[in-house]
Amino acid sequence: MGTQRYLLGKVVQLVITLFFVLTFTFFLFHYFMPGDPVRTFLKAAGAKYTPAQAEQLKHEFGLDQPIFPNQYVRFLKETATLHMGASTIIYPDSSVTSIFWSRVGKSLILITTSTIASIVIGVAMGIYGGWRRGGWVDNSSMSSSLVLYAMPEFVLGMILLLIFSRWLGWFPAGGYDGAPVTQYTGFAHFADVANHMALPWLTLMLAYLGEFYLLMRSSLLDVLGEEYITLARAKGVREKYVLRRHAVRNALLPTVTLIALSFGFILGGVITVEIVFSYPGVGLLSYQALRARDFPVLQATFLFAAVAVLIANLIADLTYAYLDPRVRSA
Amino acid sequence: MKTETEPLAPATTEAPVVLPKRLSPRSIRWARRRKAFVRFWNQFRRNKMGMFGLAILVFFFAMAIVSIFSDKGRLDPTITTNGPVLANPSWAYPFGTNLQGISVLSLVVEGSRISLFVGLTASLISMVVGSTIGIWAGYRSGISDVVLMRLTDVFLVLPWLALAIVLAAVFGQNMWVIIFIIGLTSWAGTSRLVRAQVLSVKERTYIERSRALGGSDWHVVTRHVLPNVMPVIFANTILTIAIAILSESALSFLGLGDPLRPSWGTTIEEAFNNGALTLGKWAWLLAPSLCIVLVVLAFTMVGFAMDEIVNPRIRER
Amino acid sequence: MSVLSVRDLRVTYSTKGGDVPAVRGVTFDIDKSEVLGLAGESGCGKSTIAGAVLRLHSPQTRIEGDITLDGKDVLELSPGKLRATRWTGASIVFQGALHALNPVQRIGNQIVEAITVHRMADEREAFVRAGALLEQVGLPPRRINDYPHELSGGQKQRVMIAMALACNPSLIIADEPTTALDVMVQAQVLKLLRSLQHDLGLAMLFITHDLSVLVEVSDKLAIMYAGKIVEEGPANEVFHSPVHPYTKALAAAFPEIGDQRFRKRPSGLGGDPPDPQLIPSGCPFHPRCAEVTAVCPELVPELWDAGVGRTAACVHANGAPTLEGVART
Repeated sequence: MGTQRYLLGKVVQLVITLFFVLTFTFFLFHYFMPGDPVRTFLKAAGAKYTPAQAEQLKHEFGLDQPIFPNQYVRFLKETATLHMGASTIIYPDSSVTSIFWSRVGKSLILITTSTIASIVIGVAMGIYGGWRRGGWVDNSSMSSSLVLYAMPEFVLGMILLLIFSRWLGWFPAGGYDGAPVTQYTGFAHFADVANHMALPWLTLMLAYLGEFYLLMRSSLLDVLGEEYITLARAKGVREKYVLRRHAVRNALLPTVTLIALSFGFILGGVITVEIVFSYPGVGLLSYQALRARDFPVLQATFLFAAVAVLIANLIADLTYAYLDPRVRSA
Repeated sequence: MKTETEPLAPATTEAPVVLPKRLSPRSIRWARRRKAFVRFWNQFRRNKMGMFGLAILVFFFAMAIVSIFSDKGRLDPTITTNGPVLANPSWAYPFGTNLQGISVLSLVVEGSRISLFVGLTASLISMVVGSTIGIWAGYRSGISDVVLMRLTDVFLVLPWLALAIVLAAVFGQNMWVIIFIIGLTSWAGTSRLVRAQVLSVKERTYIERSRALGGSDWHVVTRHVLPNVMPVIFANTILTIAIAILSESALSFLGLGDPLRPSWGTTIEEAFNNGALTLGKWAWLLAPSLCIVLVVLAFTMVGFAMDEIVNPRIRER
Repeated sequence: MSVLSVRDLRVTYSTKGGDVPAVRGVTFDIDKSEVLGLAGESGCGKSTIAGAVLRLHSPQTRIEGDITLDGKDVLELSPGKLRATRWTGASIVFQGALHALNPVQRIGNQIVEAITVHRMADEREAFVRAGALLEQVGLPPRRINDYPHELSGGQKQRVMIAMALACNPSLIIADEPTTALDVMVQAQVLKLLRSLQHDLGLAMLFITHDLSVLVEVSDKLAIMYAGKIVEEGPANEVFHSPVHPYTKALAAAFPEIGDQRFRKRPSGLGGDPPDPQLIPSGCPFHPRCAEVTAVCPELVPELWDAGVGRTAACVHANGAPTLEGVART
């Protein structure tokens, strides 16, 4: 069946990319990295080890073996089983995986909900703007979309922070919840978290709204010039069904593809926004790891980011296959 | 049924090519290019959005040029004759001063040069690499195409900031590393676009004719493919510059900027990390931010305007 | 009473560069079971007429004159009644079935849409009818669930024809239906159109730039130039003994196999059709005319008599007013 072949192709592509990313990460960190990893680890741990113990550590990490293939294969195995070493500087000796567990959920909730909202609203507005071209609604939406597009996410975050937190005082200036000062549970905790997440969520939602609006609008305008639209009208179909059944269903196709391309940028935005709002997610973690040169954590955050975007792309590919019958027949 | 919305191109109202005094294939080619450019410019002139963007760009480029000749002493944090620390906006200091008493306006003017330089250089790299790969893949087809496109797909998917972080962590931070990183993470988009354009150009008969006449690959590519692909590359590069400037600001915000070369991004980073938000020193934050937004907006508008001229499908809408 | 009656139709587009008069006063009738062929080069306004009959142009386009379809004044219909008349009064077979079919919708659904929109049947019956229509145009009914990309060019064109018949219209407007097809497929589609038209007694407006196609298919022939009809009459006569120099040039451009004269001196028409915003004075064809006279740049010709049941807008026509130094055909 054509669908299966298409999906298989996409999964293969994903695996290849993943492989490339893992290999790239490995060589970057184990080949180009400045300094001796064992010594860095020892320094951060603050303890004094004898040379013999250092040698033993080296053996434990497998650093006395040839880089390729031994270390490489070991790296692949460990990463696959989520044994990604221990943090050297930020939380010395804590396993990277455990550091991640507490953070991943927070980032994922933030990213997925804001991105979905951004897509849904942006696309809906884009359809409306493309359909009712001209007029003050379309023109003002176009202008504000362009401005949003031109604004770095962290700048938008800072502006929202200034207005809604500092001047109006409606929302807290950052963080995840009031802990450890406040110790809410149950619904109160949920409301507290929502209160803290509101501004970063709004920032991420608005940051890409403009782009999605412009994409959908442009796509719809392209489609409206096609002959099957004129045909639908000639058949006596009402305008709103011409829009729904014929125009939108076709205009969504290139839009889905282009939206998928922006996932990489959205992840970049998450990192900077988490910094602005001190939101304790994976983005802030990677920033901290960068400043501290905590390489195990850095490696893990990079892999996380890559995998997240890859999975998002796969979902986009699935959506596209659902919408476009042409890719389904080989 | 094609609704005839535009009248047929009036062949008679265009000025003929002004022939150069000394006729040679090369001078004729240049005369033709000059004419094409004039035609393009006339169309561009009529685009309000494009002209507005161009005006903004002229302003900021002028600022950058001014910064080359301006007194660097005013930016030196060790000089004690600087102004009051963290001053609010006033006539003397339109955007206030930073933690060392340096006028934010001076920082902004100086930053224009660095930000623009990084943006332009990085997108130049991205354009050259992306176009070369795109042309190669599109023209050669076969195994080169498949391999190059898979490579392009990989880079398209990678989250650029996460990649930039690990690269900067390993290779250190200075302006050239940033330029390299931005170039590395943005060539893929250009490559895909150029390849698509090459594929459509390849179908045209003058390519076939040129090859039948014995034209080598190099000849066909430089004489026939490239001139037809250039307009698209150019419009795309303008939009790439906009993204490169945004990328530079993000990288600087992360602290990866060159401390010796203050850009708008580094000024924002400095402001943020020194508590400008909590202290309410919004001018310090917003002045460089406004510059970034204006310049990116300007490049985007010019890019969209060029896209309209270069891409006939958009024109017909 | 004719099925379609057009009187002094004028269609003017408003563009950024000003007003573009695409159609400047066209009058014709099409009776039941009659095929009127409308020929002319690109940009002469013929496709514009097709859109005007069903009022498919944008609201900014100015349409003046009279269009009477099945006794109803099309230009005066309310939006609701207009939608009801579309496809039931007249339907269109578009050119280039390449893009005239919605790529993400099955062809069955597209045909059924025409039927259900006009409440002519419920969905189940509509599907049955769609299958019957496919058979009528020579396609196996099981293809009803195919997507457009699974069909060849000729098959897609047949689907267009089936769709056009869905609501039993009185008039079919065929707008360049064979232009994008190979010659062999062209012949098949033409044969199909002719037989359907004959069997169902349909009136047809056949629009194309390909004069040789029209001769086979049409009863009457009308040649358009610069937004106006310049010659009209029975198809065979107009093609084989043209009066207007433009018609002569068009007809001569289609050689017959074995024609020695054509081999030695291929005929064609120099120059380009005029820009609708810059139409030459007097007779718009005079700059390209092989038989131009001194009065042509000044006199705007009307459709004068040029034989039995024939008219031509040329000073050389029999029925044209007598003028100095002008020869008669």
